[in-house]
Amino acid sequence: MTAPVVLDRRSVLAGGGALIVSFSLRHAVAQERKASQGPELPGSLAKTPNLDSWIRIDADGQITAFTGKAELGQGFRTAFQQIAAEQLDIPFDALKVITADTKLTANEGYTSGSHSMQDSGTAILHAAAQARALLVAEAAKRFALPPDELRTENAAVVAPDGRRLTYGELVASDVLHVQAQPTSNLKDPASFKVMGQPVPRVDIPAKVTGGAAYVQDMRLPGMVHARVVRPPSYGAQLAECDTAAIEKMPGVIGIVRDGNFLAVVAEKEFGAVKAMHALAAAAKWRESAKLPNQHDLASVLTALPSQDFAIFQRSDPTVSGARSLEATYTRPYQSHGSIGPSCAVAQFVDGAMTVWTHTQGVYPDRQSIAEMLGMPQASVRLIHVEGSGCYGHNGADDAAADAALIARALPGRPVRVQWMREQEHGWEPYGPAMVTRLSASLDGNGKIADWNFAVWSNTHSMRPGGAGSLLAAQHIARSFAVPAPKPLPLPEGGGDRNAIPIYNFPNAHVMHHFIPAMPLRISAMRALGAYHNVFSIESFMDELADLAGDDPVAFRLKHLDDVRGRAVVEKAAQEFGWTRGQKPPQNRGYGFAFARYKNLAAYCAIASEVEVDRETGRARLVRAVAAVDAGQVVNPDGITNQIEGAIVQSTSWTLYESVSFDDVRITSIDWQTYPILRFNAVPDSIAVHIINRPGQPFLGSGETGQGPAAASLANAIARATGKRLRNLPLSRKRIKDAIDA
Amino acid sequence: MTTLKVNGRDHQVDADPDTPLLYVLRNDVALNAAKFGCGLGQCGSCTVIVDGKAVLSCVTPLLLVEGKQVTTLEGLGTVAAPAPIQRAFMEEQAAQCGYCIAGMMMRAQALLMRNPKPSDAQIRAELEPHLCRCGTHMRILRAVHRAARLMDTADAASDRSVR
Repeated sequence: MTAPVVLDRRSVLAGGGALIVSFSLRHAVAQERKASQGPELPGSLAKTPNLDSWIRIDADGQITAFTGKAELGQGFRTAFQQIAAEQLDIPFDALKVITADTKLTANEGYTSGSHSMQDSGTAILHAAAQARALLVAEAAKRFALPPDELRTENAAVVAPDGRRLTYGELVASDVLHVQAQPTSNLKDPASFKVMGQPVPRVDIPAKVTGGAAYVQDMRLPGMVHARVVRPPSYGAQLAECDTAAIEKMPGVIGIVRDGNFLAVVAEKEFGAVKAMHALAAAAKWRESAKLPNQHDLASVLTALPSQDFAIFQRSDPTVSGARSLEATYTRPYQSHGSIGPSCAVAQFVDGAMTVWTHTQGVYPDRQSIAEMLGMPQASVRLIHVEGSGCYGHNGADDAAADAALIARALPGRPVRVQWMREQEHGWEPYGPAMVTRLSASLDGNGKIADWNFAVWSNTHSMRPGGAGSLLAAQHIARSFAVPAPKPLPLPEGGGDRNAIPIYNFPNAHVMHHFIPAMPLRISAMRALGAYHNVFSIESFMDELADLAGDDPVAFRLKHLDDVRGRAVVEKAAQEFGWTRGQKPPQNRGYGFAFARYKNLAAYCAIASEVEVDRETGRARLVRAVAAVDAGQVVNPDGITNQIEGAIVQSTSWTLYESVSFDDVRITSIDWQTYPILRFNAVPDSIAVHIINRPGQPFLGSGETGQGPAAASLANAIARATGKRLRNLPLSRKRIKDAIDA
Repeated sequence: MTTLKVNGRDHQVDADPDTPLLYVLRNDVALNAAKFGCGLGQCGSCTVIVDGKAVLSCVTPLLLVEGKQVTTLEGLGTVAAPAPIQRAFMEEQAAQCGYCIAGMMMRAQALLMRNPKPSDAQIRAELEPHLCRCGTHMRILRAVHRAARLMDTADAASDRSVR
């Protein structure tokens, strides 16, 4: 029997003869497939095809599934465990899932775009099914029986005569170190025991009992605490800083000063905080930032130079409209607003850097950090450890870079960097401000004849990959320039995500005005441009329904051919109790909205009831009913949790949130200056109805609710007040002003 | 040296008296549950119970809690033997990232200790100082209601055992 398969897959290549034979055979198959342009391998197997990159079975029977994605609180660690258990035919508790780590897991890029189920979940699904098939084949050989006479149960292959071989016994000859095949013998969804069940999340027990669950909770032997002093504004230059007194403060180990990068390290955490305050007071900066007028972002953005792309064009000259409408919608810069400011731990030992981080992309962030440090990537290891929920690209990568830079100055000692609240709020890359302009006309039958949509936006990803995306690398003396922004390619898109309507219009024209200049630091925030584009489209659909004198749900269905989309719309309307011409109680309104995220992922429709206080302008979501189709359901409670959260978070974005700034500095730097939803605004109820699609691909549910929730709310407010608000956020003041106008 | 009573045990703490309780709990006593969220008393994620009352540990200096009973989430129960509030949050799956949850649970626990049958409005009002960014609020409310029921049942059971 050979030794247990080791975790580092690079060293597995030194395996035995059987391994090499099977490897080269599969490799030949892969080559052929490439040559004939055959089917791609499913999910992330396409880039990381070896089965044992995803499923590892040790000779002692220990089973592990690997994912290159990072658990961010969405609960997919549990969902992946369900998938692997189901397809391997083992109990849920019989395996563990290891998440993103540059030494252990596949490179799956970023954990973003609701791709985790689609990429990694699909890879694990097929890898587990193929692993099971290989184990059965191996057992068939040893039993000298045909494979179809064997069955699997409880991590063993069983012969009709009762002979059993455990997976651990079968895997001894490295049978899993082979390339995946394009198709798998997947289990019949009707026979599922673990997939499709609301299995309780594996991470919650530690989180509700004070277990170590976050990178913030790491305590390595000899660990020291660092705090960074950030410039007061973008581009500020450190003119002078007398550090002598601070170096003498009790417990201070040292100060790291490199260009405009300034940090202090102390033995104890509160010592580091006190020294940080002293250092901030000692630092004199030359500020030069010129921030735009936050009260007129529509003019600011549309006046900036843009690269213009016609991304969708459909013409039917036989159809033309008579009654027409146009409108402009705006979105401000918005914060991810993680409850826990970013944190990282780094340790530099014998020329090797290890960083524990809540980054969404261990591999791209490693590339950035290695470049910043001038180290080979092979000498840098990034290990994902959960942080506070991020909802996109927050300060995680920057904190990881800060920790690495400081740790290099203190070889051997683990360095923990914890950002302060005002640093997270002031320096995170925000969700970009956006402008949309829509016009449309109706034909004689009250249908949309002609649709024009234009969106102005920055890119929606300035994520790492090069050092220049990291604050620390931008601030050190040998600074790295911020990389040139690029529009994210369609069909998923960035600023133009969901800009193309899902509805069937005879004439439609969609323009993407991509703005390279970035007045504020921005990057990916949950749903990217889809939040504002869906808010715009679905608000405008209601305006057009009114113009047509039609019911908003009926009007949408008139223009929607997609069968699964129609099912979601009908389900949400039915469960809400939506009826044509319904009359809500006084000062209340009903709103509806729908989208298919990216026009290729999960479907979501949301009906809302909103109450507006006419005296104060305060709007409150009273209840929301959602229907969602995310493909094959793995964990229904996980999807429900994501949609509930999307509705509440999007309600907060939509009613309250905008980053504020003056001519030079960001001024929304805490929860007082950047208020978000509190319990007094939590709805009475949220109901989520899932339409399961057994056997269909996973579509991911993390971001599909953001846009529909916003538009559903806006439409309900319009019906409660008789006034249409088109500028986000739909704040108390704006609603009050509209009522009084 | 300051003597700090945490979860029923005395700890000798070598920290400046102005050190916020949060840093003492996390670093000197090596507890995880109380979280740094803002350091400004704006978000509630650092909440612990001091002499029966919910307290924001990030703005409470060590010198104010000397000699008092400090309870953190770790002091309520364990994964193997969870307290009713912990069981309730597990059963309701009341977390996404979970970063804010420990603070929420401690304030809810303090509420349930003085008012075993709070109304929904009272729970919402009590949790007002707490922020959750994942939008887990509906589950948190359900979990607090469930915890109240579980505590009620537990009390009834222990009453019976006394008789």
